Amino acid sequence: MFRRAPAAPGRRRGLLAAVHAVGALTSPLLPEDFLTLVDPLWSTTSLRGRVVARRRETGRAVSVAIEPGRAWAGHRAGQYVGLAVEVDGVRHRRTYSLSSPEGAEHLTVTVQEVPDGVVSTRLVRNLPIGTIVELDQAAGEFTLPDPLPEKLLFVTAGSGITPVMAMLRTLDRAAAMPDVVLVHAARSPEDTIFAGELTALAARHPSLRVVLRHSGVTGRLDPGGVDRTVPDRADRAVYACGPAGLLDALDEAWDGVRVERFRPAGRASVEGTGGVVELGGTRVEVEPGRSLLDAGEAAGKLMPSGCRMGICFGCVLPLREGRVRDLRTGEEHGEPGDLVQTCVNSACGPARIDLP
Amino acid sequence: MRAATDLSAEQIEELGRRLDAIRDRVLAERGASDAEYIRGVIRTQRALEVGGRAVLFAGALPPAWIAGTAMLSIAKILENMEIGHNVMHGQWDWMRDPKIHSSAWEWDNVSSSAEWKHSHNYLHHTYTNVVGKDRDVGYGILRLSEEQKWNPYYLGNPLYNFLLSLFFEYGVALHDLEVEKLVAGEKPWSRVWQQIKSIGRKTGRQILKDYVAFPALAGPFFLPVLAGNVTANLVRNVWSHAVIFCGHFPAGAVQFTEEQLADESRGEWYVRQLLGSANLDGGRYFHLMTGQLSFQIEHHLFPDLPSNRYAEIAPEVRALCAEYGLEYTTGPLWKQYLQVLGTINRLALPNGRR
Ligand SMILES: Cc1cc2nc3c(=O)[nH]c(=O)nc-3n(C[C@H](O)[C@H](O)[C@H](O)COP(=O)(O)OP(=O)(O)OC[C@H]3O[C@@H](n4cnc5c(N)ncnc54)[C@H](O)[C@@H]3O)c2cc1C
Ligand code: FES
Repeated sequence: MFRRAPAAPGRRRGLLAAVHAVGALTSPLLPEDFLTLVDPLWSTTSLRGRVVARRRETGRAVSVAIEPGRAWAGHRAGQYVGLAVEVDGVRHRRTYSLSSPEGAEHLTVTVQEVPDGVVSTRLVRNLPIGTIVELDQAAGEFTLPDPLPEKLLFVTAGSGITPVMAMLRTLDRAAAMPDVVLVHAARSPEDTIFAGELTALAARHPSLRVVLRHSGVTGRLDPGGVDRTVPDRADRAVYACGPAGLLDALDEAWDGVRVERFRPAGRASVEGTGGVVELGGTRVEVEPGRSLLDAGEAAGKLMPSGCRMGICFGCVLPLREGRVRDLRTGEEHGEPGDLVQTCVNSACGPARIDLP
Repeated sequence: MRAATDLSAEQIEELGRRLDAIRDRVLAERGASDAEYIRGVIRTQRALEVGGRAVLFAGALPPAWIAGTAMLSIAKILENMEIGHNVMHGQWDWMRDPKIHSSAWEWDNVSSSAEWKHSHNYLHHTYTNVVGKDRDVGYGILRLSEEQKWNPYYLGNPLYNFLLSLFFEYGVALHDLEVEKLVAGEKPWSRVWQQIKSIGRKTGRQILKDYVAFPALAGPFFLPVLAGNVTANLVRNVWSHAVIFCGHFPAGAVQFTEEQLADESRGEWYVRQLLGSANLDGGRYFHLMTGQLSFQIEHHLFPDLPSNRYAEIAPEVRALCAEYGLEYTTGPLWKQYLQVLGTINRLALPNGRR
């Protein structure tokens, strides 16, 4: 569908007329509302995927393989995908790095359970084969440059291995493994996602060195520890993904580290305020410290979103009245007409925000 | 609810709290099985619609015509009543499924969802049965209350009602125009014109589909298909008119004045919804076909709870009514409808006092 050359104007007009004609038959619905009764992946207005396999990686992590609908435009290793799944009848959107290599037929995400996490526990514990999930196109800049750097260092911890795994798998497939060191930390050997595959990859590629750490035994990964393990660290292009603490420390200690965050970098402790926000015509109570996005979703509003942590700007909406508070800095801001990121802003007294 | 009940202010507030507790419980319980319910109804409705239209193509044969028209009628009733009406109330918004959301649903009816959400969800559900405020009292066409001053026009009450039931969807669409406000100078022409255009667009699409596109597709069977579609729309109109009129106007349902509305508390609002609405008795499929508006009382108390839950909370609401000595009006459809017709006939005359 996607990479096809644009249809000739004449043919296109014919096609449009046909779509209009069929639309006249299904009005006020779309033809696809009937077609998707047969196969949900036939939707042309939203991108969906079907869960086709699940593989347990550790006691707390599972890889979910998804067959995307035809509109899927592919991904580059290191990118993430927006995913909506239903939990107890309610649709929740989260972001997951793709762990599958570029060009793979099915995409996979590898999810580690977060205690009390709504979506991760569902994905890890009971997502039946055949489930239909809503997808966004892949996005994100945490990808390898072209041409490849000669020497690479990946520093990862926990589920932070997933985007890097996609890169290693892609390099492996292309048989183009440059000089790579991976330093990866997990709580214990049993908790190490992809341990077997990483060891096998290292055995196959002499230019790949894999260092697995177990923070339960040797303590947390820190910049000094990595420097001792990788003496030529300064000569390497560094990519890091893991808990905020590790990423902040690396960022602080070294120059030019490329990081991928799964959660916002630190949160200011926000006291007081909150408020009642009129969101697309409905009054929604936003508790102090809660994001506008969370509160709006809980009230049943359809809110645009992406990363949910302030990086993608997929959630911005126009502020019409009132002010908001940035949860990352604790700062109050906003003028009428400003676009605010609803995922990292809370209310600051009464406000009004338009929905698309 | 001064003048409508003997309850003390404390009792009314207590009743309000107990009703809130029912609401909170259902809100907390909403889950996967409710989502499965509405999706199941939508699947059934779409299958009936596709099937009915397919069978109608063989409509030159009388049995096929009857079967196809019946399936299409049921599909249209389900779509308007159990799906459209309830989705537009936001009953399923909590699922956050963009396909089943009040902000996105457009129904198979000439009245456009945007206009309808204003006149129905807001005006009617806020000012239920308040004469002069709730424009559903008589739809501006009929005299349904002694409070409406009689004039000779109302001699036609029974006739207007008959026509309104046949063309109910058009009545509802034009109702949104609030022509009387225009006449009174409370509403600008520009707004009315904008509404007329929107109604015209929607009506055009509906007519194109049912009275042009599908009959044309049937080629030589143009006429039977056209007749089937006309019939299905009439059946849907007559049915929804009957159900909706039985919700507020049989004997027992109370009407209110604007003075009673002043400074109304949450508890008093609940009492007005209770007293102003009437239920219909019937089985599971009957309730489904009324869009659960056979639980009009529960619907008016909790317009945004998922409709499949009304049946389960109805006994509790009824028990509360008994405890507080409030009338819980209910009865079979035929009986309630006869009462509505009786009222309409009586009020055609100036001395139509109960
Ligand atoms: C770009 C990007 C890529 C991501 N890739 C992956 C991935 O490949 N694999 C993966 O498992 N996750 C990944 N995540 C995180 C994922 O999006 C979810 O945040 C995570 O699965 C938790 O969602 P939940 O619904 O289970 O938890 P929620 O119900 O949202 O939160 C429950 C509690 O857990 C806390 N919490 C939320 N996220 C985390 C976290 N990551 N670690 C610890 N505590 C948390 C919350 O603050 C809250 O207190 C990624 C996030 C981003 C932004
Ligand atoms: S969802 Fe990405 S910035 Fe808000």
